[in-house]
Amino acid sequence: MILPILNSEITFLQFLPFDLPEPLISIIFLLIGASIIAVVASVLALVGVYLERKISAHMQDRLGPMEVGPHGIAQTFADAIKLLIKEDIVPQDADKLLHFIAPVMVFAATLAAFAVLPFSKTLVVSDLNIGLLYIIAISSFVVIGAILAGWASNNKWSLLGGMRSAAQIVSFEIPASLAVLSVIMIVGSMNLGDIVEYQKGGFFNWIIFKYFPFNFIAFIIYFIASLAEVNRAPFDLPEAESELIAGFHTEYSGMKWAMFFLAEYANMFLVGVVASTLFLGGWSSPFGDFLNSGPFPVFWIFIKSFSLIFVQIWIRWTLPRVRVDQLMYVSWKVLTPFAFVAILGVGIWMVL
Amino acid sequence: MNITLFDTIFYLLAFLTLGSAAIMVFSKNVIYSAVGLLFTFFGVAGIYVLLAADFVAVVQVLVYVGGILILLLFGVMLSNKITNIEITTETLHFLPASLVVIGIFVVLYRVFITTDWNPVGSYNFDPTTHEIGTLLMTDYLIPFEIASILLLGALIGAAYIARKD
Repeated sequence: MILPILNSEITFLQFLPFDLPEPLISIIFLLIGASIIAVVASVLALVGVYLERKISAHMQDRLGPMEVGPHGIAQTFADAIKLLIKEDIVPQDADKLLHFIAPVMVFAATLAAFAVLPFSKTLVVSDLNIGLLYIIAISSFVVIGAILAGWASNNKWSLLGGMRSAAQIVSFEIPASLAVLSVIMIVGSMNLGDIVEYQKGGFFNWIIFKYFPFNFIAFIIYFIASLAEVNRAPFDLPEAESELIAGFHTEYSGMKWAMFFLAEYANMFLVGVVASTLFLGGWSSPFGDFLNSGPFPVFWIFIKSFSLIFVQIWIRWTLPRVRVDQLMYVSWKVLTPFAFVAILGVGIWMVL
Repeated sequence: MNITLFDTIFYLLAFLTLGSAAIMVFSKNVIYSAVGLLFTFFGVAGIYVLLAADFVAVVQVLVYVGGILILLLFGVMLSNKITNIEITTETLHFLPASLVVIGIFVVLYRVFITTDWNPVGSYNFDPTTHEIGTLLMTDYLIPFEIASILLLGALIGAAYIARKD
């Protein structure tokens, strides 16, 4: 896992004229890797924000941002710079420490999940053999961040938003994990790289078409549950603006607010990559060996995940928000039983 | 003294674990205790990773952070702040507490001195999931089944309590 990778990296640094102690070199490399993830994830989040604004505008027969750069391409970067220099307001009765920790925790957990995403055969920061479980586990920090943000703001809307977020994500984690389980059963590994390798060789090797229709059901369940996990409409109850102003981040401004915002869009990309890795062949080409080398794996994973992000945006600007009781109904009485049916179906079919 | 990367990470994690455990124990604010507990779990998970027990580490985070800690925070928040009752640890039960602490300390110390500690020379980061799965389905099948029946019972009990009528 981590230590063998570090050993190979240390040899890179032999050209330095002076000797650094070994722990320091390794830590420097870890920091470089982490910064690359942070930059990539933030840029992807900014692209996601731009896409959301453009697509929603065109769906409503508007133009969206047009002023900064051609077709407003630089608008989100300008917004990011604006947010960086905005005043940071902390409510007087807020819990200052937790008010600061919460957005950092949400953003850090999102970035941490990016570490195991495979963008090609070699382009993966940490090729963990339990990568899938790691993603599910690390996203629980996002929930805790949301709850703490809601509590620390000392605001009823924030608290209600935080509670809703916790209840929603904990409930939807169950169908999401169950839907993922059938993939693990088929591949026999939780390593995301292995899961992609299994699906190599074109469209019909994708897990979504294996044991039809059980894995198709699992994919739909995972997609719906992931919408709820990243607080996207129609499940955006934690920040329902017509009821709770902005939910758990009502009292946040400036860069702290931007962290929540960027984390949300980075999370959209994250679930897009995970869904396409699990069910749609990941970085492998949909045409067998055609265009499956060089930079193309990265191209395919981006095409697949951005298509899923497009569907997420499309759903957000088309469907109304569900109520809390409907949300729980969907999770416990619809998605969870169907997820069990999918697991059972795949399991029986595999034994036969 | 030769400090390797392994030692550095170990001491950082140990510091994180013990420091946040101290915050958890000594804090008067229940939410701060919960956050301290969060970082304690995280540090312990890190130490599991150092011991090449990746599956245990991730499951530790998944179950304790993703499940138990969220439930704990949820419960505290539902009762705190909204009703304006500050939940703090005010009463001190000195005698029973010290008895329990001394008891636990004696047991732990006995385990500590009777265990045959043999340092692991070389770490091999082999996948552990396959082995754990095989062992659960063969040697440890009965404990596994008993645990699942217990969980099923808890599930049915929770559903029964939550019923409207």
